[in-house]
Amino acid sequence: MMTDATLEPIPADIPQAPKRSRMRSVFSKDRKAQFGIIVLGLFILGALLAPLIAPYDPNEMTLDMMGSPSGEHILGTDDLGRDLFSRILWGTQISLFVGVATVAISLFFGVLLGVLAGYYGGWIDMIIMRYIDLQWAFPNFIIAVYLVAVFGTGLLNVIVAIALAFLDDFARIARSMVLTLKEEQFVDAARVQGFSDIRIMVFHILPNAMAPIIVQATVSVSYAILGEASLSFLGLGVSADTPTWGLILADGRSFISQAWWLGVYPGLAIMLVVLSINFIGDALRDALDVRDADI
Amino acid sequence: MPLLVVENLSISLFDEGHETQLVDRISYQVEQGETLAIVGESGSGKSLSSLSVMGLLAKELRVTSGRIMLDGEDLLSLSSEEMRQRRGRDLSMVFQEPMTSLNPVRTIGSQIMESIEENLGFSRSAARTRAIELLQEVGMADAERRLRQYPHHFSGGMRQRVMIAIALAANPKLIIADEPTTALDVTIQAQILELMTRLCREHGTALVLITHNLGIVARYAQRVTVMYGGRIVEAGRAVDLYHRPRHPYTEGLLRSVPRLDQDRTQPLRPIQGSPADPFMKITGCRFHPRCPYAAPVCRETKPAFEAGAACHFPLNQESRDAS
Repeated sequence: MMTDATLEPIPADIPQAPKRSRMRSVFSKDRKAQFGIIVLGLFILGALLAPLIAPYDPNEMTLDMMGSPSGEHILGTDDLGRDLFSRILWGTQISLFVGVATVAISLFFGVLLGVLAGYYGGWIDMIIMRYIDLQWAFPNFIIAVYLVAVFGTGLLNVIVAIALAFLDDFARIARSMVLTLKEEQFVDAARVQGFSDIRIMVFHILPNAMAPIIVQATVSVSYAILGEASLSFLGLGVSADTPTWGLILADGRSFISQAWWLGVYPGLAIMLVVLSINFIGDALRDALDVRDADI
Repeated sequence: MPLLVVENLSISLFDEGHETQLVDRISYQVEQGETLAIVGESGSGKSLSSLSVMGLLAKELRVTSGRIMLDGEDLLSLSSEEMRQRRGRDLSMVFQEPMTSLNPVRTIGSQIMESIEENLGFSRSAARTRAIELLQEVGMADAERRLRQYPHHFSGGMRQRVMIAIALAANPKLIIADEPTTALDVTIQAQILELMTRLCREHGTALVLITHNLGIVARYAQRVTVMYGGRIVEAGRAVDLYHRPRHPYTEGLLRSVPRLDQDRTQPLRPIQGSPADPFMKITGCRFHPRCPYAAPVCRETKPAFEAGAACHFPLNQESRDAS
């Protein structure tokens, strides 16, 4: 039989191309996804460059209160004379960070719980799912409000609270995917090759469950951004002096009849980002589902 | 010493306290590099006995007696972790459905290489080289490009070739093939069986071929074991069984499929009745309700396994003795 010594070295640069090129072909055709990437890209760029490109300090108060959009303040100013464009730009940082960090955390732990429950079944499933059911009984947002109310406001608490609130969605999806996938013959085929349970879960079952999980993740990123905005709106957000979209909206709410820009522009920012992420999520789902691939 | 010895193996289904025996004290052996066919219809216990060799019986199923010795080691005494170590390295399996045996979202290459890396500890690039070799061995042209393709790019026959490559990847001592060609076109069936038996011969791998088609295996297996209702009813050399069956069930199996070496004007004769239901108590010989030669003794006493068959009135006695 072949041994290591007799093997000839082979070039290491054989491209692992199909996945990436498939991704490229889906995104090159999908106009909505392109829109999403461009808009989201602009927001990310804006968030990163906020310290450089924001024309004013977001918390600097001026006497130019509730000024309508003008050359000086392109999106106008709020009731304390703060530049709205600068505030929204800085708020993008928090909103995007909260959205992504939240979903990363709840995806990781939710999928972990769901996969363990689905794969092992029995009492492990019983314990995990009773907890998930418990959480299921309350609306996600109520849980987030409750957690922030108990643990206090602040960036970390907001992220943990929203992440915990969304955990059950991921656990449920992962579990139901695993329940059907573990009966598939390719899982038996993996067992026959002597692979460990962990390897089978991570490399054989999970890749097949990723499509719905990723779609859920994109939906959740938008909900997390909305969640953070809602918490801030209720005064349970990151903090009163950190400009976030929800806070800007909340501050502007009382003046909406005199200063429409205080409601429209932060709302527009939220809408554009959420929409972009959803478009990208749809395209991702198409790209990741190799089973529908044209031959 | 034979490579695989299955001795008095019984398997039962436990369902809410009820025990139903599905496999009844079967014994068989496989020599190194040999091909043994296990033939029987659905529910005869042929797949169960092979799953128990792999250590992959479902939770409700339990081995109630017997031993499974691989290379002198009792597999039933191993812990599940030890058994996992044996799978892939010492024994491997090919399933019936090539369309669903491969992971749809991973490339062929990654699936073959995974087995090589995990079971033999090869590096990535060494595993790739070996995977290309394996694909060439199973007759796949342009193996290097094939590695990067997904299962949906492959036809059923080609997928089964990939499965064979994966089964051979770690050079196991024994491969169990559970109806490997049932889901394939007739023309491809012969190719796959040919390929499997040839590769196993070349690698010195023993092959247990599970099938319901006795006609097919006669060409590829050295020895055949026929199972009916969880018991072995006949065992022997493939040629003997094919030309001079001793058990009425074996004879029935042979008569029910068209054969080139027999008068084509003769109608095919199916075996009357339906397969033995393990949940129904059948006394004596389990085949007696369907047997054209059944006598009262068949209903009362379970026939012992003697001279290659478990039957009170074995057929072809003289001709077999004479040969």
